[in-house]
Amino acid sequence: MANPATGRSFLQAMTSVEEVAPPLRVVQMEGLAVLKIIKHCKEFSPALVTGQLLGLDVGSVLEVTNCFPFPTREEDEELEADGANYQLEMMRCLREVNVDNNTVGWYQSTLLGSFQTAELIETFMNYQENIRRCVCIIYDPSRSNQGVVALKALRLSDSFMDLYRSNNFNGEKLREKKLSWVNVFEEIPIKVSNSALISAFMTELEPDSPVTQCDFDRLKLSSAPFMERNLEFLIECMDDLTAEQNKFQYYYRNISRQQAQQQVWLQKRRQENMQRKAAGEEPLPEEDPSNPIFKPIVEPSRLDSYLITNQISNYCNQVNGAAGQGFSKLYLMKALHEN
Amino acid sequence: MATAAATSSKQTVLQYPGAAPSVSARIHPVVLFNICDAFVRRPDQAGRVIGTLLGSTSSDGTVEIKNSYVVPHNESADQVALDIDYHHNMFVSHQKVNPKEVIVGWFSTGFGVSGGSSLIHEFYSREVQNPIHLTVDSGFTNGEASIKAYVSASLTLGDRQLAAHFQEIPLDMRLIEAERVGFDLLKNTSVDKIPNDLEGMESSMERLYTLINDVYKYVDDVVEGRVQGDNNIGRFIAEALASLPKLSPTAFDKVFNDKIQDNLSLVYLSSLTRTQLSIAEKLNTAAQIL
Repeated sequence: MANPATGRSFLQAMTSVEEVAPPLRVVQMEGLAVLKIIKHCKEFSPALVTGQLLGLDVGSVLEVTNCFPFPTREEDEELEADGANYQLEMMRCLREVNVDNNTVGWYQSTLLGSFQTAELIETFMNYQENIRRCVCIIYDPSRSNQGVVALKALRLSDSFMDLYRSNNFNGEKLREKKLSWVNVFEEIPIKVSNSALISAFMTELEPDSPVTQCDFDRLKLSSAPFMERNLEFLIECMDDLTAEQNKFQYYYRNISRQQAQQQVWLQKRRQENMQRKAAGEEPLPEEDPSNPIFKPIVEPSRLDSYLITNQISNYCNQVNGAAGQGFSKLYLMKALHEN
Repeated sequence: MATAAATSSKQTVLQYPGAAPSVSARIHPVVLFNICDAFVRRPDQAGRVIGTLLGSTSSDGTVEIKNSYVVPHNESADQVALDIDYHHNMFVSHQKVNPKEVIVGWFSTGFGVSGGSSLIHEFYSREVQNPIHLTVDSGFTNGEASIKAYVSASLTLGDRQLAAHFQEIPLDMRLIEAERVGFDLLKNTSVDKIPNDLEGMESSMERLYTLINDVYKYVDDVVEGRVQGDNNIGRFIAEALASLPKLSPTAFDKVFNDKIQDNLSLVYLSSLTRTQLSIAEKLNTAAQIL
């Protein structure tokens, strides 16, 4: 059934029953939005930039029809109001020229795929409160000179969001919900669409050469710098992961130590109580909350380790992809050489 | 070569700058996409859309047009009204993101330069020296896509300005970014998915294969005498073949094997890491306290 994105009046929204929205299956982007994102991210690379996505939410497709960049802020505090003003100003101006004025998410650039941070999750939660369906587009400008359009659309999975809201990340809850690190982010396939006018223009203007810059980039033999950086990041992430695991080990050791202490204390108490019973006095309680041994130790949150694992798997994927390409290129070279 | 025409008794001279201007323009594909999108979204009563062009000027007179935005306007038979506040607001907002982009001119859709355009051009020449006027023919008159850029020189008679003369300047469509993204993505009205690494690789290799086949056929034809050989093409082919580095087979094998081993070890490492990750996760969440 049709799901109008912008046209619901307040009354309608209040009185209607919460419709179950069809799950988001595909993100449809316009060529214009793709080009704008690429231009903005590339201009400012290696600095990381963000921007807002505008579009429509139609059924199981999220359409992104336009976008605008956010200015980079150096000091956050005094420009907080400025940032909001800029956003309002841009949305107002764009509405006057009939651009879809509906925020559907934001985009950000990343460096070699290291985007899974706690801030991303926080931004997601912020957006999710206001907009029912939002998506984050990640673009990696450093992979574009490999001939790959590194655009990804992400959203947080629902089960993860519920868990995050309750702010409860210990082992039992996670096991209950069967939430592993794979389930944190959901990647949504992207479709690209263009209006007929622009496709007519592009068809006319396409240069005659049978090879494009894209092909040159893909067939380049030197992939070593890319691999090196990937591996560097991978190694750093592994260090972080070991640090997180050490935290857990420490926690478990503390727990077992605490329990041992509790047992010892309990024994002593029981002995005292037996003595008191023998002497005819009131037995002391078997628990003593004021004793520091009984203070429950907080279990460290697993959120960070999940994020780190996600990053590591991303790097591994990239390494695999580049190595696969490298194999094809090398065999091609070999065939050429033999001829 | 400047021509001048003298009027009757007074010594006023009609200045007509006949020399071609040394300005040329280069346009990025984002601008074209923006203009077309704005045209598709224009309000019903407007015949065309008008907007500002942003970019930068280099020292040798080349103007790079990098960005643009639409400005709402009203046009009737004899007058044109442009929303100047909107134009300023958008410019300030864009400056916040990218302070290096300045106003370099304005665009309009439609074929050729119309009467109202000169007024608008005058407005823009107050903003920037020698603005560029870009026309994008969205109606495809003459059955072709024409995108032209003009600068204007004013024809003065003594102190009075008579008319504005729009001269076309060379326009270079700098499509490198569009090429990078891939024309397939930008040409079709809908593409089902963005090609990932291996698929892109496959299509590039196919193209290379076709190219090599074509060259091979051409050389064959020339050798058999079916086609007249062109010396230039022959030289290109010889150059291309000579640029393959000459390595002895043993040296090549060694380099090749080294690289293959490197790649294999990387793949092994990454698979090892992933196994490690799944083990670590099992240990983390499956471990029970007590």
